[in-house]
Amino acid sequence: MDEKKPVASMRAAELVMAGLFVAFGALVMWDSRRLGASWAEDGPQAGYFPFYIGLFIVVSAVVIIFRALNLGEKGRVAFVERGQLKMVLLVMAPTVVYAALISNPWFSLGIYLSSAIFISFFMWHLGKYRWTRIAPVSLGVAVFFFVMFEVWFKLPLPKGPIEAALGFN
Amino acid sequence: MQEIQSLMGGFAVAMTWFNLALMLAGVTLGVLIGVLPGLGGANGVAILLPLTFTMSQQPGGATSAIILLSCIYWGALFGGAITSILFNIPGEPWSVATTFDGYPLAQKGQAGAALTSAFTSSFIGALVAVILITFISPIIARFALRFGPPEFFSVYLLTFSAFVGMSKGTPFKTIAAMMAGFALAAVGIDTVTGQLRLTFGFTELLKGFDFLIAVIGLFGIGEILLTIEEGLEFRGTKAKLNLRVVLDTWKELPKYWKTSIRSSAVGCMMGIVPGGATPASFMAYGLAKKMSRDGEEFGTGKIEGVVAPETAAHAAGTSALLPMLTLGVPGSPTAAVLLGGLLIWGLQPGPLLFVEKPDFVWGLIASMYLGNIVGLIVVLTCVPLFASILRIPFAIIAPVILVICAIGAYTVHNSIFDVWLMIVFGILGYVFKKLDYPMAPLVLALVLGDRAEDAFRQSMLGPEGSLTVFFANPLVGTITGAALFLLFWPLISRALAIVRGRNGRGG
Repeated sequence: MDEKKPVASMRAAELVMAGLFVAFGALVMWDSRRLGASWAEDGPQAGYFPFYIGLFIVVSAVVIIFRALNLGEKGRVAFVERGQLKMVLLVMAPTVVYAALISNPWFSLGIYLSSAIFISFFMWHLGKYRWTRIAPVSLGVAVFFFVMFEVWFKLPLPKGPIEAALGFN
Repeated sequence: MQEIQSLMGGFAVAMTWFNLALMLAGVTLGVLIGVLPGLGGANGVAILLPLTFTMSQQPGGATSAIILLSCIYWGALFGGAITSILFNIPGEPWSVATTFDGYPLAQKGQAGAALTSAFTSSFIGALVAVILITFISPIIARFALRFGPPEFFSVYLLTFSAFVGMSKGTPFKTIAAMMAGFALAAVGIDTVTGQLRLTFGFTELLKGFDFLIAVIGLFGIGEILLTIEEGLEFRGTKAKLNLRVVLDTWKELPKYWKTSIRSSAVGCMMGIVPGGATPASFMAYGLAKKMSRDGEEFGTGKIEGVVAPETAAHAAGTSALLPMLTLGVPGSPTAAVLLGGLLIWGLQPGPLLFVEKPDFVWGLIASMYLGNIVGLIVVLTCVPLFASILRIPFAIIAPVILVICAIGAYTVHNSIFDVWLMIVFGILGYVFKKLDYPMAPLVLALVLGDRAEDAFRQSMLGPEGSLTVFFANPLVGTITGAALFLLFWPLISRALAIVRGRNGRGG
């Protein structure tokens, strides 16, 4: 597989982003109209300010779309190459899983255990470390943050089964 | 000189052992934050802000809290130079110009000289800006006491127009990003009518978007994604900094006094304007290159090429606090986060702060002097330590930074929803950076959105009740006029270029 192969062109990325801006601006305008975007007796209504904000978003995004269509040669440059996207996903996917592990409706692990698992995964998968290196680093970081937040700053963070077993909640 | 007297009072506030210890801790943390990828001044301060909640409740605690956070900022400003010079990786956008001559110097084996001159010039730039703050800010604050809602709205307009006028790429991307910030700021309960805006029935959206989450995601996660895209390796030169090198460099530095003065002036002027630090560093570098006797050799490793951008960037970064303190209008994302801190600690930023909380204001200003001295000592003595942190493999440092960001996002409101939001903002930050959308306007709009809208609506409530109120008197008219001029500067400059081009062809 060619790692340099572009996944998306600059033009495509520009168009998608500007398209999202148009949709977002339109949504803002639509909701502002619902609230009343005109002038009442005592001044502007709740939707007046946001309505024009939305309008500005749509107008500038439309200009960006036109510019993107006329990018020419520059528009064909890769927005992201296959190898790059792979690296980004390699970070993003575990981060999403990490956030889900911290707290979910079914079985939350709490932030400390999740952090230890998260760091371990990174070191194992990306760094190819041995478990003798992974265990002390990941557990050390988790314990450090536990002491810092729960004991020192007294800022409770989400906790899971292990903390409960140890009598913290 | 009433200012000197107030400043002495400030030193009395700032010079307790507790506050000095906080300065040391803040600066050290700040340098660390400035050195690490994905953690910069803005999101570093944002992550640590929740930790100051309890501190600020004690008497005099708000002053200690701002001292801690502002010292993190000074540290981060210093730290940016370390990565630029040793690793050719600018830690902050305004350190980009430092890499031009700093990295070649390091490759030539003169990393010590480059670092010493960078730190010393940073210190001088900051010092000039702090002196400026000491003497100018009371005057501006006194002047601004007369400001009503129309004046404040015109100042906000000026702030945001400056972003559009000074945007590097297309102004439309600046406008789109900025307006997105305003729209996100509008989400939640409308303060005037109590109506729900843009919540679409989601209870999580009732309290609106917190800009701290946006800062952590955009600048933190986004930066990590950009770094990882380039691969996992950091390659840098070794740093050795001993007293001998420091003293030798200090002997050489006075030669560049003209460059220092020029760069400080550029930095102070640009710093007051939002988003000014980065252009200031480039401008100062360009000016030095043009005016220096050996300007031709810039880019091959000249000390002067390090002095110019570092002085300007620090002067700008420091003077960005001037409008934040006096008008409640931050000049940079980090200043915006500090402003957010004031609001959280129950202080109302703006001209009244000088009247109501002189201890706080002058304690902060005095701490700027002390913090920068502490900073200079810390960076000069601990460079090898900080550089060795960058040698920790990315596979370890990246997940730890992500964990820190997640904890930081969670502690803002103790809500897991914010962690998810942070991830979304992170992806947005990555795409923004790749497509050249600026992030600072979005963050500033998110911070100031409600205040700008309130100022606008209050202006409209008056007897006039129309847009003419923004031209009702010379003061507000001048500010509004300047704002409109800056807003349309991209158009004006293009028109000028066309006219000039025609003349050139004709003559």
